[in-house]
Amino acid sequence: MYPIAAREELAPNIFLFRIEAPQVARKAQPGQFIMLRVDEMGERIPLTIADFDRERGTVDIVFAAVGRTTRKLAELQKGDSIANFVGPLGLPAEIGRFGTVVCVAVGYGMATMVPIARALKEAGNRVIGIAWARQGEYLFGLDRLRAACSELIVSAGNGADHSSFVIQPLRQVLQGGQPIHRVVVIGPACVMRYVSLTTKPYSIKTVVSLNPIMVDGTGMCGACRVAVGGVTKFACVDGPAFDGHLVEWDLLLARRCTYTGNEDQLSTFWQCEHCAQW
Amino acid sequence: MAKLNLNRVDMPIQDPKARGRNFSEVTLGYNPELSLEEALRCIQCPKPLCTQGCPVGIDIRDFIKPLREGNMEEAVRVLKSKNNLPAICGRVCPQESQCEAKCVVGKRGAPVAIGRLERFVADWEINSAYKAHVELPKPTGKRVAVIGSGPAGLTCGADLAWRGHQVTIYEALHVAGGVLVYGIPEFRLPKRIVQAEIDNIAALGVEIVLDTVVGRSVTIDELLADGYHAVFLGTGAGLPMFLNVPGENLNGIYSANEFLTRANLMKAYDFPRYDTPLKMGKRVAVVGGGNVAMDAARVALRLGAEQVYIVYRRSEVELPARHEEVEHAKEEGIIFHVLTNPVGFVGGGRGLVTGMECIRMKLGEPDASGRRRPIPMPGSEFLLPVDTVVVALGTTPNPIIAATTPGLQTTPHGTLVADEETGKTTKDRVWAGGDIVTGAATVISAMGAGKRAAASMDAFLKGGA
Ligand SMILES: Cc1cc2nc3c(=O)[nH]c(=O)nc-3n(C[C@H](O)[C@H](O)[C@H](O)COP(=O)(O)OP(=O)(O)OC[C@H]3O[C@@H](n4cnc5c(N)ncnc54)[C@H](O)[C@@H]3O)c2cc1C
Ligand SMILES: Cc1cc2nc3c(=O)[nH]c(=O)nc-3n(C[C@H](O)[C@H](O)[C@H](O)COP(=O)(O)OP(=O)(O)OC[C@H]3O[C@@H](n4cnc5c(N)ncnc54)[C@H](O)[C@@H]3O)c2cc1C
Ligand code: SF4
Ligand code: SF4
Ligand code: FES
Repeated sequence: MYPIAAREELAPNIFLFRIEAPQVARKAQPGQFIMLRVDEMGERIPLTIADFDRERGTVDIVFAAVGRTTRKLAELQKGDSIANFVGPLGLPAEIGRFGTVVCVAVGYGMATMVPIARALKEAGNRVIGIAWARQGEYLFGLDRLRAACSELIVSAGNGADHSSFVIQPLRQVLQGGQPIHRVVVIGPACVMRYVSLTTKPYSIKTVVSLNPIMVDGTGMCGACRVAVGGVTKFACVDGPAFDGHLVEWDLLLARRCTYTGNEDQLSTFWQCEHCAQW
Repeated sequence: MAKLNLNRVDMPIQDPKARGRNFSEVTLGYNPELSLEEALRCIQCPKPLCTQGCPVGIDIRDFIKPLREGNMEEAVRVLKSKNNLPAICGRVCPQESQCEAKCVVGKRGAPVAIGRLERFVADWEINSAYKAHVELPKPTGKRVAVIGSGPAGLTCGADLAWRGHQVTIYEALHVAGGVLVYGIPEFRLPKRIVQAEIDNIAALGVEIVLDTVVGRSVTIDELLADGYHAVFLGTGAGLPMFLNVPGENLNGIYSANEFLTRANLMKAYDFPRYDTPLKMGKRVAVVGGGNVAMDAARVALRLGAEQVYIVYRRSEVELPARHEEVEHAKEEGIIFHVLTNPVGFVGGGRGLVTGMECIRMKLGEPDASGRRRPIPMPGSEFLLPVDTVVVALGTTPNPIIAATTPGLQTTPHGTLVADEETGKTTKDRVWAGGDIVTGAATVISAMGAGKRAAASMDAFLKGGA
């Protein structure tokens, strides 16, 4: 059992849990994730490592309570325990000295981008953060993100072209005259797709963090398979980070919806009315 | 002496119609009278050949003798001195090609039903208060890390504990047992039986640490530096193979591992009491012809599919699954499309598979495996309407361990290079056995490898190194 050392609601329906898991904390790297199971009846779900403290042996996760498991998790309080918590899984984010890096953080990405942006800055990059939410109340953790970046651009609102409020500031940075060497984006799949489409004409390497449905998280089931550059990859062991210009987005979006509409699960929180497939 | 009955005693079995809709065990096991009747068919050979056919060398004659005399405790003791998982082997071993293939009675009639007797004795122990007492030797003070809790790891761990070493088993999943819990379905191997066998091993002082992906949570080199004197790798062959044909990533197409893991390990058959869903249609095609394919097909049936097809590219005689499993599948109504191979998939709205494009095959000359090679027949393409597909083409070892452990050599098939007799790998103080070395094989061969490695590790540990 893994005790909950701290719990906080960062924004409506978005929670930070600090879990006591020394074994995970000891090896965690920015960009990796964990799989958890709330209780004996629970499903295994992946969540990104939002931060870790090796000395205290704790790992932070930040999640949106969107469905069965995340809602069940959100009901737990400090001092309660969860049944299983395994990691770190997946490959660590690629950290190098690239030059100027733009980090686009949307949704839970506002939290999970922090360790990546921080590591990039420590590696000597100039890190420009962009945080966006449809409504201002869903912006959270901006102080930590700002501290991790060299500069943070914040935007809120929903235009006709649904993602324009995140794409606009990105375009301005891209067209601003300074050379951009890399873009990293974490957020809902459609946002990562639009960002990749936006950077493609500039030929700027764009790294996305894919979030397909997973079962084991260790490369055993193939549920998480994604097509990247025409090759099938398992996101849990080959990823979760991939080149956004090579990802087959339609496939990712379709596979992620395998279970929506099946049960009571489709929450409007994630439903994107502009999604190409509906 | 009474005349030898050339026919083996039938084992009671659930009615096919009823069992096709429930997850209870298909075969029901002998009762005491039936077991005695079958045990009396053993002629107690002075030099029993049967034991040679058993990869762990069970003294078959010597556990059958006390069984006939009604001395169950002695039968358990003899059985368990060579096999820590008899209730499992008695159910899933391919006995017909192992111990029973060697039994002399088989020369004149049906061989003694060794597996069924083994199961009877092991179940008796599980259901009785009696526990085979094991006298553990004085602790040696040596520590061993076993990676993976499948049959190879469990057997190796138990054997080392018997020899006085302190064993910790690390397992990636949240339950111990490997394929025994996530792959083989409840109706063929009840999880209660697996758990009972694992509890017996834990009672030897073997510690089982779950939720630990070795290579990620901790590396082999860290374990070796951390006070473990030796390591055994029994991580199996868990990486599913796909067909690599167009449309294979459509929704509704699963690897057998995903399909069976959702159903067995995560108990999707009991959704929504359990949280994990499994989306299943009405017409299910399972691609492949091995035990895994039979299991997936029979699970699909039990989850409510109306038609379940096995699609296999060779003919029925080449089906690699155990004969008994094929028979059971047919009785339950599974439809076999043999000499048929998928070449692609088509989908409808929201990316859901709606059909499987197939081509008919014919058999040519024998290939390297000795089986006749399937050849596609041009112009024979047809579309099989399906809404769920399970790909059961086999598995290869998961690369995490090899990729994170310098000094471990792998073969081009991704399996580990290890000495066949001792399990010694190319890395100092590291042994391996089971599917990770052989590729997907059997429970008993994995156990045999675990046993041989344990003997070699014991010699090393006692050598004072
Ligand atoms: C590598 C990885 C890292 C992730 N990290 C985080 C994280 O740090 N924080 C976080 O909040 N979520 C993260 N996710 C997504 C998270 O796993 C899902 O939100 C979660 O599985 C939903 O479980 P549920 O039972 O609560 O919802 P379900 O009842 O299964 O689904 C609820 C709704 O969420 C949608 N949904 C299902 N899966 C996903 C998904 N993968 N991404 C987005 N929506 C989904 C469904 O379509 C459905 O509408 C990550 C996913 C992956 C693969
Ligand atoms: C559906 C199905 C049906 C089968 N039916 C039969 C049958 O009827 N008869 C028969 O004899 N055989 C059968 N087999 C084959 C048999 O189950 C396997 O050959 C056997 O289980 C192999 O044992 P193993 O110990 O080598 O590996 P596994 O049983 O695969 O166990 C390996 C364990 O290691 C764990 N692991 C992997 N990587 C790591 C890591 N990095 N860190 C920690 N843990 C890790 C895995 O989670 C797993 O628990 C079947 C297989 C399947 C899939
Ligand atoms: S373990 Fe398997 S091979 Fe050995 S005696 Fe039992 S059934 Fe036969
Ligand atoms: S070979 Fe057959 S008859 Fe002889 S001891 Fe073994 S089981 Fe009995
Ligand atoms: S989640 Fe099972 S292989 Fe990736």
